[in-house]
Amino acid sequence: METIKLTINGVEVKVNRGTTVLEAAQAANIYIPTLCADPDLEPYGSCRLCVVEIEKIRGLPTACTTPATNGMVVHTETPAVNEVRRTSVDLLIANHPMDCLTCRQNQQCELQQVTAHLGITERRFPRTDQAFPVDTSNPFFDLDRNYCILCAKCVRTCDEITGINAIDLAFRGYSARVATFGDKPLIESTCKSCGECMVRCPVAALTPKETRRPIHEVKTTCPYCGVGCQMYLGIKDGQVITVRGDRDNEVNGGHLCVKGRFGIAEFVHHPERLTNPQIRKNGKLAETTWDRALDEAAARLGQYAPNEVAVIASAKCTNEENYVLQKLGRAVLGTQNIDHCARL
Amino acid sequence: MTNTISDVGDAAGILAIGTNTTEAHPVIGFEIKKAVRKGTKLIVANPREIELVRHADVWLRHRPGTDVTLLMGLCRVIVDEGLADASFIAERTENFDSFKESLQNFDLDSVAQTTGVPRKKIDEAARLYATNAPAAIFYAMGIAQHSHGTDNVIAVANLAMLTGNIGQPGSGVNPLRGQNNVQGACDVGALPNVYPGYQAVTSEAIQKKFEAAWDCSLSAKPGLTTTEIIDAAHRGQIKAVYIMGENPVLSEPQARHAEEALRKLEFLLVQDIFLTETARLAHLVLPGVTFAEKDGTFTNTERRVQRVRKAIEPPGDARPDWWITCQIGRKMGDRGFTFTSPPRIMEEIARLTPSYGGITYRRLEKGGLQWPCPTTEHPGTPILHTEKFTRGKGQFVPLEYKPSAESPNNQYPLLLTTGRSLFQYHTGTMSRKVKGLNVFLGEELVEINPRDASALGIADSDVVKVISRRGEVTAKAKVTAVSPAGVVYMTFHFAESPTNQLTNPAIDPIAKVPEFKVCAVRIEKKDTRLD
Repeated sequence: METIKLTINGVEVKVNRGTTVLEAAQAANIYIPTLCADPDLEPYGSCRLCVVEIEKIRGLPTACTTPATNGMVVHTETPAVNEVRRTSVDLLIANHPMDCLTCRQNQQCELQQVTAHLGITERRFPRTDQAFPVDTSNPFFDLDRNYCILCAKCVRTCDEITGINAIDLAFRGYSARVATFGDKPLIESTCKSCGECMVRCPVAALTPKETRRPIHEVKTTCPYCGVGCQMYLGIKDGQVITVRGDRDNEVNGGHLCVKGRFGIAEFVHHPERLTNPQIRKNGKLAETTWDRALDEAAARLGQYAPNEVAVIASAKCTNEENYVLQKLGRAVLGTQNIDHCARL
Repeated sequence: MTNTISDVGDAAGILAIGTNTTEAHPVIGFEIKKAVRKGTKLIVANPREIELVRHADVWLRHRPGTDVTLLMGLCRVIVDEGLADASFIAERTENFDSFKESLQNFDLDSVAQTTGVPRKKIDEAARLYATNAPAAIFYAMGIAQHSHGTDNVIAVANLAMLTGNIGQPGSGVNPLRGQNNVQGACDVGALPNVYPGYQAVTSEAIQKKFEAAWDCSLSAKPGLTTTEIIDAAHRGQIKAVYIMGENPVLSEPQARHAEEALRKLEFLLVQDIFLTETARLAHLVLPGVTFAEKDGTFTNTERRVQRVRKAIEPPGDARPDWWITCQIGRKMGDRGFTFTSPPRIMEEIARLTPSYGGITYRRLEKGGLQWPCPTTEHPGTPILHTEKFTRGKGQFVPLEYKPSAESPNNQYPLLLTTGRSLFQYHTGTMSRKVKGLNVFLGEELVEINPRDASALGIADSDVVKVISRRGEVTAKAKVTAVSPAGVVYMTFHFAESPTNQLTNPAIDPIAKVPEFKVCAVRIEKKDTRLD
């Protein structure tokens, strides 16, 4: 691929042709504020925060939509640029709730970061009284339009990434908002609840109902379906409380579906989980110790001829577990009657 | 899959047949839709109007059970119109002439008649697939779960070879494996006819290899499949069964028969995370643990071996399944079960399984590895058959149309086909414990076309009885044109409406896969006033 050179804030940056100015700056660790750009989405240029000055180009182009060219000279922090950014953020926060401390996105909010970066410490425009009811109809996440900044990341995600198109920007001007077909609650829409929109929301407009945050994360493989999505389980107090898609792998690139993202903690921590061996006595299952259970298993399985016994392994268990079980069937029970539900 | 998930976007054309990808493999569904958005041509062959149909260039709505005819029809158009890849056929395949001759039996007007797909659409789909290279075929249980499922798979392979769509990015024959580790369970020998790595139990050399490795004597006769085990238990021949993490009471065809069979056993050991419908019948229940509570590996649908990592402690006295099985092995006096951890088990797998020879936990820390991966230096194999096929040359196989084992008649006038919902998983043991998923789909819904519904006086949400030769099941009706007239559709996720009590245990003679996709039923509106 052809490499080009450009200068950003006096630093020479080498990138592949086709890279945008925003991506080039990010590659060189130069921060340009943005709220609508996302590496998984096509450039959109709606938030106007990534405006930059480029020598020999008129006006203030948006870095996210401008391809880098050879010899380009870019300035990301000029007075003109910052004045435009500041006004844009002033308008975005004019009506934005100011409950940052108790907000679900506190310290993860991109609007918070951008506002801090620009040194904004007061609201310049008066707040209006427009208020939207919160859509809590989805069982896993809420849509609170009062926080929405209309960056359309959710709308674009539902189109470009998932191809579901359950939501779009509806109405005009001041009434513009993210809406489903017919402006119905999310649960009545075609939304498949994958949560990809929620993951990309820069503010607290789309947030999970689970508001706790994990202490640490463990990378693993999703237990649903054969795609094998890579995910991080978020752990707190010995419990799985969150699931996050791993972006750095070739299988799912961070994407998850509704089961993987929202369908794990509840079954793992379900009160009906089996916690003790049980043995049938007088027709009823009763709890027993591992020692007795394992003795019983060994004694009973050992009573039968190879053609009288069978082993059914599991497409839900690990390779290692299937291996030892088929080995037990073949080497110890002497049978080839070994299968699992591959066909079912 | 012959290819990888990440090269879906390289396909210029995609044929999705017998797969409801957006429901059963949602993230691959995303990738297919993304590809279409960027210009990939999509052909969907499915009797139901699944979500992918909305994104398709051509939709072939064939009758359930007519896949061989449809695929042979596509081949016929490609051959007739000179769109076949002559050099691929000459260099990489054999038996083309007799295959070509067999296409004469698939006159395109009769193909249209058998499949119910207008001839124009068959022409269009064939041209689209043949002229947009590379083209990938995706399929799932809609191809496999037929009494002629092996023929269906061969038909898919014929079509791919005919157009040279094998061995390069964006092409291939890509079966989508349903459950998280169905690929891995097959790979490590949880099958009655092969040892780990698909090494035949009938081969004397292989038998000797495993006898030496495991210090035992082994049978050279292939064993029984699950469905055959159930039958043998029903007959009283099988007397004891050890089941790990499976729920045949809901997943087997003719499920009532399966339940009867398990009740007849002298000893049933079930190892699971919940007291499933099957575990309730057991003499001994052993508590295993979920994926979050143990270390191990799963192998996904693209043959990629990936790590499962322990994140939390198990509840109560539940133990990892590998530990439980090893303890039983030790109690039975076998010295081959002294493994102290899953990585040690993988070392033995790698030693005895050529395709896993180079797989170690240390390497997996850097990411998954796709088999074949024969040595620790081997990078893994993203795409199969790039230079030659496993058997050398690809063999074209002439095929003929075989009707499904059961067809609708006067008494059972509707055809029942089954599938999976995005919001539930297999027999629901895990997913039904999640309240939010049940909000989306919390009970069985019998999909029925408005035409059939109105003829039967059934309105949406009416409670209906679905009756086959093997049983009857009660559920609510969902009146929708997603299913064509004459066809009803159900999932098998719900114990309260055990769909598999209806399905036909007729199996494919080679693959032994039951015919879940076609059986004959009738539907009656249930008079709820009587209850």
